[in-house]
Amino acid sequence: MTMPETTLRVPLHRLAHGRTGDKGNRSNISVIAYRAELFPLIVEQVTEARVAEAFRDRRPAAVRRYVLPKLGALNFVLDDVLDGGVNDSLNLDSHGKALAFRLLEMEVAVPAELESLLAGPR
Amino acid sequence: MATDGLAIGSGAGFSGDRTDAAGPVVATLVSRGGPAALIFETLAERTLALAQIARRQDPATGYEPQLDRFVGPILKACVEHRIPIVGNFGAANPRAAAARLQALGRERGLPRLRVGIVEGDDLSDDRGRALLREYLPPGLAAREPVSANVYQGAKVIADALRAGADVVVTGRVADPSLAVGPAMAHHGWQETDWDQLGRATMAGHLLECGAQVTGGYFADPGFKDVPDLHAVGFPIAEIAGDGSFVVTKAERTGGLVDARTVKEQLLYEVHDPAAYLTPDVVADISQAEVSELGRNRVAVSGVRGHPRPATLKVNACFDGGWLGEAEISYAGPNAEARARLAAEVVRRRIGDALAMRFDLIGVLSLFADDGGRAAAARAPGDARDVRLRVAAAHADRARVERLLAEVTALYTCGPAGGGGVRTSLRSRLSTVSCFVPRERVPARFEILE
Repeated sequence: MTMPETTLRVPLHRLAHGRTGDKGNRSNISVIAYRAELFPLIVEQVTEARVAEAFRDRRPAAVRRYVLPKLGALNFVLDDVLDGGVNDSLNLDSHGKALAFRLLEMEVAVPAELESLLAGPR
Repeated sequence: MATDGLAIGSGAGFSGDRTDAAGPVVATLVSRGGPAALIFETLAERTLALAQIARRQDPATGYEPQLDRFVGPILKACVEHRIPIVGNFGAANPRAAAARLQALGRERGLPRLRVGIVEGDDLSDDRGRALLREYLPPGLAAREPVSANVYQGAKVIADALRAGADVVVTGRVADPSLAVGPAMAHHGWQETDWDQLGRATMAGHLLECGAQVTGGYFADPGFKDVPDLHAVGFPIAEIAGDGSFVVTKAERTGGLVDARTVKEQLLYEVHDPAAYLTPDVVADISQAEVSELGRNRVAVSGVRGHPRPATLKVNACFDGGWLGEAEISYAGPNAEARARLAAEVVRRRIGDALAMRFDLIGVLSLFADDGGRAAAARAPGDARDVRLRVAAAHADRARVERLLAEVTALYTCGPAGGGGVRTSLRSRLSTVSCFVPRERVPARFEILE
């Protein structure tokens, strides 16, 4: 029997890795595809609007996305999301170093036939 | 590597970095032979302000407190193999650091060290403050900064190296310039060789945080595994005459350099990838590519450079009041409810005297916001090992101390089974940036012989 073609819903963490940097009250988060074949899915689904929604509690003043096709990477710049950053934030992580992993929690739809390309434990 | 290349190693990526990291880097540079340099980046914003405070209390201090531990183990090998050292470990007092470096040389039986002292960054004197009044926001211009420093560039470092310095000690310079300086001096680049400067800037950018390009700040077990992270090796960049470069790391160390580690660090603290601004150049990585040449060897190509900005960035640090943090833990049945009740007790005891933040570590902490919106949106759960953290900041120290006392009192006056109270009180610094025309803040160097 043939299985119907299905779509998997997985965290972005299985498609990409990333790193947070901070300057003042601004955070930048890279999203880097593990495999070139996965990059178009990431570009399509990890949009400025969805990232702004993922960080809505922090009320970003702006979310900008830069696409770097030759690196298979996106760079997100989120303004005013660090409660003042190291100057003023009361967060344990005043730099926001953990924030890349917040973004990597985002759910992404992946065609089942690409499952073997996903990272992480099977 | 190409015979005209310069190998630049990183000895430290921040003031709190490992002091045993530079040894294997220098051993690698020595064993491979060829022209090389070693850089130390140890100067965070707060570090410099603290150094300025230390210098006011004792004019012989104000430089990197770990200078001896960073440089001591590798100074002899570097001098004997003509590997210049460039570091911003001068902090608020490059001159005192230079004297200490000469003493370290004497203790090791070396001929008198030639130390290049780079100055001009410190704007905390009367003249500097007068200048800042023109460029800082009006509300701040009247206040006295704890420290104020302009980010200097690579040219003055290159000049000091060309003048024969064994070690160049700076205060505030742009971090990548620590690597661009030696590359400029070695390759004879001009200040307008934008592509070369742009490429070397990105090499410096990859080196400046030490292990962050060699497997540090990277490991994610099962997803991104790093061999022997406990012994992560620090990076080395081989910079060719056209500025193109290969990233590798110290031999016989842990960690790794691959396309993933390089991409992550390439984009670290970058905003617009087409415009990474430094005093030397506007670097452009929008068309950059990385390729794995072999084990722990990654080439970066496609970086461009555009003419440098007309202004230089200044960071001024002001007194930022007091930050208090206090924690207490609850575990076992109903632990989360007890931790939430503890928060409520503190809230009612302090009232409006302080704007407080409450975290339930083990439930929600790092991902929450100071405004409490994420916490409010989360329904109470049944976490069984929860640490309540309360934090507040205020100009009035006594008010913050009262908060710490209230959390401590939870031992006997709070919910059942609270344990492990820890409190911390520290002064804060607040950093403000502005931009100053570069001709108004010239850099200078002097060789101490």
